[in-house]
Amino acid sequence: MSYVWTLAEQSNGRLREVSFELLSRGRKLADKLETKLCSLLLAGNVSDEALRELIARGADEVYVVDDPRLNKFVVETHSNVLADLIRRYKPHTILAAATSTGRTLMPHVAIKVTAGLTADCTELDIEEGTRLLLQTRPAIGGNIMATIKSPNHWPQMATVRPKSSKPLPLDSTRQGHITRITMLDEHYDDRVKVLGLRPYEEGLAGIEEADVVVAGGKGMKKAENFGLLRELARQLGGAIGGTRDAVDRGWLTYPHQIGLSGKTISPKLYVCAGVSGSIQHLAGIKTSECIVAINQDPDANIFQVADFGIVGNLFEVVPLLNAKLENCKKEGK
Amino acid sequence: MNICIPIKQVPETSDVKMDKETGTMIREGVASVINPLDLYAIETGLLLREQHGGSVTVCTMGPPAAAKALKEAIAMGCDEAVLITDKKFAGADTWATSYTLSEAIKQVGSFNLILTGERATDGDTGQVGPGIAAWLNLPLATYVSKIDSIAADGIVVERLVEEGYQILEMPLPALLTVVKEISNPRLPTLQGKKKARAYTLRTISAEALALDEGKLGLRGSPTKVVRIGYPKVTRGGKLVKAVGEEALNSAVDTLLDFLKEKKLV
Repeated sequence: MSYVWTLAEQSNGRLREVSFELLSRGRKLADKLETKLCSLLLAGNVSDEALRELIARGADEVYVVDDPRLNKFVVETHSNVLADLIRRYKPHTILAAATSTGRTLMPHVAIKVTAGLTADCTELDIEEGTRLLLQTRPAIGGNIMATIKSPNHWPQMATVRPKSSKPLPLDSTRQGHITRITMLDEHYDDRVKVLGLRPYEEGLAGIEEADVVVAGGKGMKKAENFGLLRELARQLGGAIGGTRDAVDRGWLTYPHQIGLSGKTISPKLYVCAGVSGSIQHLAGIKTSECIVAINQDPDANIFQVADFGIVGNLFEVVPLLNAKLENCKKEGK
Repeated sequence: MNICIPIKQVPETSDVKMDKETGTMIREGVASVINPLDLYAIETGLLLREQHGGSVTVCTMGPPAAAKALKEAIAMGCDEAVLITDKKFAGADTWATSYTLSEAIKQVGSFNLILTGERATDGDTGQVGPGIAAWLNLPLATYVSKIDSIAADGIVVERLVEEGYQILEMPLPALLTVVKEISNPRLPTLQGKKKARAYTLRTISAEALALDEGKLGLRGSPTKVVRIGYPKVTRGGKLVKAVGEEALNSAVDTLLDFLKEKKLV
């Protein structure tokens, strides 16, 4: 019986949240296929606690290759190890996160094992009868949803957009089996060396992984005004993003850019101010769960996709919103 | 420094039409441009050539009309352009495309560096760059935002990851996929446009590459499109006006109630 695999990701010795989102996706598929769900972890310094948490979040099996040479992600080595595991264990499906890691590793492996791969899926299902993975993803700037399958190639492979599903609740009574696999020396590729990591200023987590993103556009007028949005982001527990305009004007750095030439995000809540809603920007936010827009122009495109819009001066609306949120917090206490 | 840059011709994003029957893009009558994200790769290649000498070759797999994109790249300053075109390539997914491109690159020349855009704005997969690296067994860095140093035998780059900028060192030849932060694409000059008009593209067919036909086009593509859906674009959300003090106050209160109801605060 071939399993459904999800690829867990670890950063600084801790599992990333997206590992659990994938397990929740994989659980549904494995149940439908009446097979087991296996979480795969290729990393270094893996703790027993992490492995148990993968089981508590839905895995029946955990395959772990724990080796210092996998501590930092280097695609060549990870790809050698993963391709070998695929050939040995013949999984039905492999899901990875559409992160910088998943979107580098999976296309590399797909070539090696001659499998189809669908990028950045937002919906997955199993086709009745054929048991093929139906992979649905936005394309052409979010203008279409394409459903794709790979009828003759195995495993079925897809990367899944972070935040497009919720982790299952932690269930520490769940039972599962852990298999430790030794990495073969021949799979180590030493051509690429990781020299270090320069963390983002202000210790900001990637906007793709944030539950709440607060963004500003041209209407913010100048860099200093982003203080208002930083305060709102602080109140809502969110990260800061911006449009291409805001980045090109130097108000924010590129890692904050949302849209066609920046990042695509799916937060639970996206709040934007002074954003007109160009097609290019909308492509980056369309799969957000809830969109709130504040803009002076009642005809701004952004209101077409907003779940809640305020037509008004953002320099009046945002400070008042911040003040009221602050009040709510005080009353809450 | 000899650099190869595979590019893609894409429809202008503001002008996309779909055939509802076949679920494929209608390319006729739609303005086509160089994939905007490939421009950053082209600019990076041109800057490296200016600093280190050598040549920049662009190539694309596509219909004959894709010659226009190659000419634009020549007008920007690229030295050579290769059109990889054949009916047999039609309908290729990222697996078959990266196979064809990697075989063509092998035939076109010997390169120190291959640069691609992060992804194309139409297919939006970002899978072809890593795919070419896998086929050619080249060291790969994706999401590259900066080249720290480059010498004949190696390169140090920074790549944008979730936590920050990861710094990688690798030998050449290598393949980099680059993001917007790496460069500011130049516009074609008048002189460049003249050169492009006079330039004769090199064209390569499937036969010339002696390719495995089972790996080409729709037939060689593991993935198949089952159906295309048109997502609801408008959400028909609530719209409130916040003009004047009273309206402003009530608008913000309504928003807070909305967020509370959705359990977002």
